[in-house]
Amino acid sequence: MEFAELIKTPRVDNVVLHRPFYPAVEGTLCLTGHHLILSSRQDNTEELWLLHSNIDAIDKRFVGSLGTIIIKCKDFRIIQLDIPGMEECLNIASSIEALSTLDSITLMYPFFYRPMFEVIEDGWHSFLPEQEFELYSSATSEWRLSYVNKEFAVCPSYPPIVTVPKSIDDEALRKVATFRHGGRFPVLSYYHKKNGMVIMRSGQPLTGTNGRRCKEDEKLINATLRAGKRGYIIDTRSLNVAQQARAKGGGFEQEAHYPQWRRIHKSIERYHILQESLIKLVEACNDQTHNMDRWLSKLEASNWLTHIKEILTAACLAAQCIDREGASILIHGTEGTDSTLQVTSLAQIILEPRSRTIRGFEALIEREWLQAGHPFQQRCAQSAYCNTKQKWEAPVFLLFLDCVWQILRQFPCSFEFNENFLIMLFEHAYASQFGTFLGNNESERCKLKLQQKTMSLWSWVNQPGELSKFTNPLFEANNLVIWPSVAPQSLPLWEGI
Amino acid sequence: MEHIRTTKPSSGFSFAAKISVEQVKLLDRFSTSNKSLTGTLYLTATHLLFIDSHQKETWILHHHIASVEKLALTTSGCPLVIQCKNFRTVHFIVPRERDCHDIYNSLLQLSKQAKYEDLYAFSYNPKQNDSERLQGWQLIDLAEEYKRMGVPNSHWQLSDANRDYKICETYPRELYVPRIASKPIIVGSSKFRSKGRFPVLSYYHQDKEAAICRCSQPLSGFSARCLEDEHLLQAISKANPVNRYMYVMDTRPKLNAMANRAAGKGYENEDNYSNIRFQFVGIENIHVMRSSLQKLLEVNGTKGLSVNDFYSGLESSGWLRHIKAVMDAAIFLAKAITVENASVLVHCSDGWDRTSQVCSLGSLLLDSYYRTIKGFMVLIEKDWISFGHKFSERCGHLDGDPKEVSPVFTQFLECVWHLTEQFPQAFEFSEAFLLQIHEHIHSCQFGNFLGNCQKEREELKLKEKTYSLWPFLLEDQKKYLNPLYSSKSHRFTVLEPNTISFNFKFWRNMYHQFDRTLHPRQSVFNIIMNMNEQNEQLEKDIKDLESKIKQRKNKQTDGILTKELLHSVHPESPTLKTSLCFKEQTLLPVNDALRTIEGSSLADNRYSEYAEEFSKSEPAVVSLEYGVARMTC
Repeated sequence: MEFAELIKTPRVDNVVLHRPFYPAVEGTLCLTGHHLILSSRQDNTEELWLLHSNIDAIDKRFVGSLGTIIIKCKDFRIIQLDIPGMEECLNIASSIEALSTLDSITLMYPFFYRPMFEVIEDGWHSFLPEQEFELYSSATSEWRLSYVNKEFAVCPSYPPIVTVPKSIDDEALRKVATFRHGGRFPVLSYYHKKNGMVIMRSGQPLTGTNGRRCKEDEKLINATLRAGKRGYIIDTRSLNVAQQARAKGGGFEQEAHYPQWRRIHKSIERYHILQESLIKLVEACNDQTHNMDRWLSKLEASNWLTHIKEILTAACLAAQCIDREGASILIHGTEGTDSTLQVTSLAQIILEPRSRTIRGFEALIEREWLQAGHPFQQRCAQSAYCNTKQKWEAPVFLLFLDCVWQILRQFPCSFEFNENFLIMLFEHAYASQFGTFLGNNESERCKLKLQQKTMSLWSWVNQPGELSKFTNPLFEANNLVIWPSVAPQSLPLWEGI
Repeated sequence: MEHIRTTKPSSGFSFAAKISVEQVKLLDRFSTSNKSLTGTLYLTATHLLFIDSHQKETWILHHHIASVEKLALTTSGCPLVIQCKNFRTVHFIVPRERDCHDIYNSLLQLSKQAKYEDLYAFSYNPKQNDSERLQGWQLIDLAEEYKRMGVPNSHWQLSDANRDYKICETYPRELYVPRIASKPIIVGSSKFRSKGRFPVLSYYHQDKEAAICRCSQPLSGFSARCLEDEHLLQAISKANPVNRYMYVMDTRPKLNAMANRAAGKGYENEDNYSNIRFQFVGIENIHVMRSSLQKLLEVNGTKGLSVNDFYSGLESSGWLRHIKAVMDAAIFLAKAITVENASVLVHCSDGWDRTSQVCSLGSLLLDSYYRTIKGFMVLIEKDWISFGHKFSERCGHLDGDPKEVSPVFTQFLECVWHLTEQFPQAFEFSEAFLLQIHEHIHSCQFGNFLGNCQKEREELKLKEKTYSLWPFLLEDQKKYLNPLYSSKSHRFTVLEPNTISFNFKFWRNMYHQFDRTLHPRQSVFNIIMNMNEQNEQLEKDIKDLESKIKQRKNKQTDGILTKELLHSVHPESPTLKTSLCFKEQTLLPVNDALRTIEGSSLADNRYSEYAEEFSKSEPAVVSLEYGVARMTC
């Protein structure tokens, strides 16, 4: 086993563990291929099991022969280990460093994890696109499932099965795919049963500077409109950014070619700006010394809550178009894998009571995040503490969860799940024994054979014993559309994280 | 009444009757589109009343009005902005300028009375007779409270020195001092203290035998000293058998205290007093607090506020910093008593603002009694009302010096709110109780908060002419109960709040209590209250039924002889059963009705538009607007 080479010192005694808000624990530290384990070897004391993949950054310090390793986790925990002996400490530190930055996905823990529970329901098959389609196929016959992407050839980041307007054939879809960023042609994201309006999502149109157009694309999205009705296109970039994108071959829908559509620009930040925001926020939260003014100015400077507000506002706008205006919408940003998904999924939480149940929310994550090709592997590779910044890391999913939490705060009885459920999802998105959040899209997951080789998170969560931890006792199904407030006074900071 | 003026001839109405202006618009405070409600504005002797087309009434007490502003005339009419002391802001548009001007002038005069006798409390009549009124005033008995704390005892006694307000006008008649402090010492000390406010007992901690005492600053100047004052302090520290040293907390920033020395005032010199540990805690003065709150309200009143502006405004107002300073001082005080067993003497300049804040919060941390509804009333009565916090001046009850107005008591309530947030199980009362008290310190509806000290209140004969607030709150206490309260687990514990900055949050339910769009649409709190109520009801039903069953069984055994009786019992039971089923079924819909999300009613404008910024930047594309929004299934 290769791991053995990386572990120079597998075991050290008399290690002292310090955690904020807990008393210090002395015990034996063990390193395994995937875990860091600290046990006091006494009964009824808690053991610490930390996945290496959860480790974001480590610092080492020495005072005499006593070494101290500070481990900063991706779930924002900070733990400190006092290790006697310089050599042991150095060995441990370098092992952790090596083990927490393994390159190969197949060496990750989910591939080695054997469940200790009986699998009642295989989570890999809990939320199949066919089942989801059946939910609204009774209400409408205007849509169909398309298998055009079966081999992931048309769009590598889409799942094999997508929902498209019935009147559009697969050939046209292939053409449209060449006109949209990453081949992400417009697909159905949500069907609003009340009035038959839909949310679609896609990548940006590749109009370029010379204003390319694609008749099939126009036909495709027009097929979703009722006669005489208008639709809205929500571009999650500001007009400026969208215009700049044209220079790189991207762009936005021209009014002249899409006369039935109105375009709205909503600026949602992406990538490193969000990552920096998170880094600043976590730094502010961990700085215990500063006074009130510095805390507030740091919180402000992090801009985290501004991002929350922007995303929520865009989602509310989308929901408003659907429910109040009775208009269908198409949402896209640049790739359509980040802010687009935030908006489509939050709009569904506002509009659709089912997505506020546990299973409905799981289905939403499966559909709008996993199958829709949000690159979890890239986005969640590192968290707030890591020094080496990669440009594709971003807490997009965390922001989404925070937004959900904000709505949950405002409607505490309309959700079947509680805050712990959201925190659990956050933790598993960054480091997990389950394969659910591995890979960047369905095609990668297929190649990794995750379904055969790893467990699904849903298999574990959906056991009755586990579910009880995540259930909101105050839940009472609420069939209304819920309109959250987006005023800054209404958006507090999520303390659970 | 002579202040009410309007151009409309009030035919048929007497002068005291309502005078109205029709077709007035009430604007939504935070909407950028001109969403509004149309209705009629009435001016009564005590209230401004607006009834909109849905017959929803908005009552504004004249005494709650902090400022009235007439803005420049617009095409739709003359805008009138009224800001209230309870943080309500209303924006009316009156169609005719003349009417607007008249309302403006009337409100200006009605909201600022010159004499106490014109305040609402003197005309308010809740239909109680004199003995009920008197009983109400006797509800809170401070002598009883000191007895509860365990004084008088071998170390502390009741002093009659101030029985006729001769030594200190702003203190109550009954004061507790160390037993070994003789009258000459008290008199001497009072001459050395600003406004004669010499050190007296505020709270006695029975287990630790330590005391919280309060006073005003010493008139020490740069070098003056007073032997009697030194003796009195020594007597206080001697009254604590466990610990010989005592803390003297000056709640002012050191710079302010030093500046006071130039005016012949100042702070205790540690060299002159034996066994004292002197400490500044740095709470700012009333003027800083007033402008801080003003800044805060300005920020919050902004339309289309961005997150960053909100936080930078919150920061620059310094409000939360001040709250934290008060809290830190109270924690220091509580620690001195619980950890070191030391008595503490607290003072600021005059000993009626910051001192009241710190003493009362400190007691609240130490003693779980003050965390009950009744106990909290006692605490306010003791540390605020009786020790002469100048409610009338601080709340601007009368048309007086605007520089004397300051939100000192509001800050105290906010500190308590932060404690309820950190210790949700420790308080018998909920946020609603704090908000209600805040409402009434400004309302002048009850006599409790009128006047600036006990002497003034006696002169005003408040107990004969006005009513006390407390019995009314107690009667309604169901509304103010905290469903999470567990009296057992917290009964004897001292609260140790964490004052890390991020524990201090903006109190939205206070500063935006009337801006309902900003609040969560469902309240866990109400639901738990409703569930509790239903449980009680159901339990009662069970008991009723059980007793009925018992009765019936008895009857059956008794009535075996007479067949008719048996007969009459039997047909009854099925109906009873169905009635039970009905009851449970009807409960559910009631429950549903309670749970409907606020904002589902037509009159409610809780749904807001989200495309505001967008419609500004690119007007050509779309603007989404709705008159009155409603929740639809």
